[in-house]
Amino acid sequence: MLNAICALIRFFTGAQVRWNGCEPAAVQRVYYANHTSHCDCLVLLAVLPAYIRQLVRPAAAADYWNATSLRRWFSHKILHIIPIDRSKLTRANNPMQKLLGAVDEGSSLIFFPEGGRGDQTTVREFKCGLYHLSKARPNLELIPTYIDNGNRILPKGEFIPVPILCSVTFGEPIKLLPNERKDDFLNRAKLALEKCAC
Amino acid sequence: MEITHDKQLLTMLGAIFATLSSATIATLILNLRSKSEKVAALLANLNARMKSWWVMIAIFSFAILTGGTTSILLFSIVSFLALREFITLTPTRTADHRSLNWAFFVILPINYLLIAVHWYAMFAIFIPVYAFLWIPIRSALAGDSEDFLARTAKIQWGLMVCVYFVSYAPALLNLSIPGHEQHMARLLCFLVLVVQTSDIMQYVFGKIFGKRKIVPNISPNKTVEGFVGGVLSATIVGACFYWVTPFQPWQAGVMALIISLAGFGGGIVMSAIKRDRGVKDYSALIPGHGGMIDRIDSLCFAAPIFFHLTRYFFAH
Repeated sequence: MLNAICALIRFFTGAQVRWNGCEPAAVQRVYYANHTSHCDCLVLLAVLPAYIRQLVRPAAAADYWNATSLRRWFSHKILHIIPIDRSKLTRANNPMQKLLGAVDEGSSLIFFPEGGRGDQTTVREFKCGLYHLSKARPNLELIPTYIDNGNRILPKGEFIPVPILCSVTFGEPIKLLPNERKDDFLNRAKLALEKCAC
Repeated sequence: MEITHDKQLLTMLGAIFATLSSATIATLILNLRSKSEKVAALLANLNARMKSWWVMIAIFSFAILTGGTTSILLFSIVSFLALREFITLTPTRTADHRSLNWAFFVILPINYLLIAVHWYAMFAIFIPVYAFLWIPIRSALAGDSEDFLARTAKIQWGLMVCVYFVSYAPALLNLSIPGHEQHMARLLCFLVLVVQTSDIMQYVFGKIFGKRKIVPNISPNKTVEGFVGGVLSATIVGACFYWVTPFQPWQAGVMALIISLAGFGGGIVMSAIKRDRGVKDYSALIPGHGGMIDRIDSLCFAAPIFFHLTRYFFAH
C-alpha cells in the first residue's frame, strides 16, 4: 500500500533524488529534514528505495495525526509514525522515550528538527530534540535531508496539491562529537542541512 | 481502440522508423570507432538521445495508429508534464495555489475534452478568454498583491504555451478538409515529422558547420549554419512528403518552411526563459534531451500556426 502511494507521489511530483555525501543503504539512520509542507514526509519516503523505506518510521505530531480517524488510520497503519506529543508533556509520555524505543528496535527515523512546519524556504532554528536523541544514542548516523519545493506542492492550509517538480538531497552524515555542546551541535547540524540546499 | 489501416500513414511511420534505425546504426558505428576521450561526453549524450528517440517515436506511433482518443490523451499528458516544468521553473507564491489547482486539474482537462468532443468554437477561446480572465480573478481573491502581474502572467503563459498551443497538434485531427476527412492523423504526423527534422538537422548542421552564433546570450548552440541547414532540410523533407497531405508539393514545402521558422522561434523563446532562470534544461525527464519543454518547444509555436494556416486555406 505504502509502496503504491509512493509510486504515485513519484509520478505526480517527478521527485528527483540526489545522494550527495552518502549512499543509499539499509542501515539504521536518522534522516533529519527541513519541514514546510504536509507532503514532506511522503516525498521523502517516496524517494527512498523500498528496501530502505520499510525500515523507516517518521516522528510526527500526535495532535495532528490523531485528530481524525482517517489521519489516525493512515499515520499508524500506513506510515507507522512515532506519535510525538507537543503539549501536556509529562514524564510518562516523554516523546524521547518513544523515539529511543523505536531506535532500539532497529528502526530508522524521519525527524523534522524545526519542530513544526515553516512558511518560508529558509531552514529555521532547530529544537533540541535532535541533540537529546544523539546524546542518548551517540552512534546514530544523522543524514541531513533537504526537501526542495515541498511548500509549493502543498502550502500550509491547502489540501489539494499542485504537481510541481521537487527534489530531495541527502547530504554527508554527521554524528554528535564527544563533549560537543548542545548549541554547537545544533548549529553544525543546521549548517549541514543548509549545505544540501545548494 | 481501432488500429488504422491507412497505407500512406503506415508508409510514413515506416520511413520514420527506417531513418531512426539507420541513425542508430550510425551511432553504433561511431561508438565502435571513437577512441578519444574528447568525444566521449558527446557520444554519451548522443546515445542517450537515440534511446529516448526510440521511446518517444514508439509512444507517438502507438497513439497515432490507435486513433484520435489516444492521441488526445498523449498530448494531454505532454501538456501536463510541460506545464509542471514551466510552473516549477517560474516562481509563484502561496496565494497562487488555488489558481494552479485550477490550471492543472480543471483548465487543462477541459481544454483537451473540448477537442475530444469536436467543439472547436469553444476550444479556440476557452484558454485565451475564460482561463485568461479567471486565473487573475482567483489569484486576486487570495489577497496577495506582491508581484501580482508577474505571477499572473507566468500562469497564463504556462497555460498558453504548454496547454493551448500544444493542444493544436491533436486539434488537427478535427479539421475537415474535402476529400481528406478520414486522414487527419497524417497531418499530425506531418507536423511532428517536419518540426523534429528541423530540430535535428539544426543540431547536426550546427555541430558540423556551426560558426556564427545567432543569439549567443540566449541559445549558445544556435548558429546561422545550423539554422539554414535545418530549415532547408525540413522544407525539403516536408515537400517530399506532400503525398500524405492535402497540399501540392510547393504548398507542402511552404508549410514546412513556416513550421520550421515558427519552431526556431519557439526554441529561442523557451531558451530565453531558461536563461533568465539560470538553468540549462527544464528538467531531466527525457535522458539526453532535458525536459519535456526542451523537446517540444518548437512544436508549441509551430502547431497553432500550422493549424490555422491549414484551416484558413484548406478546410471548409
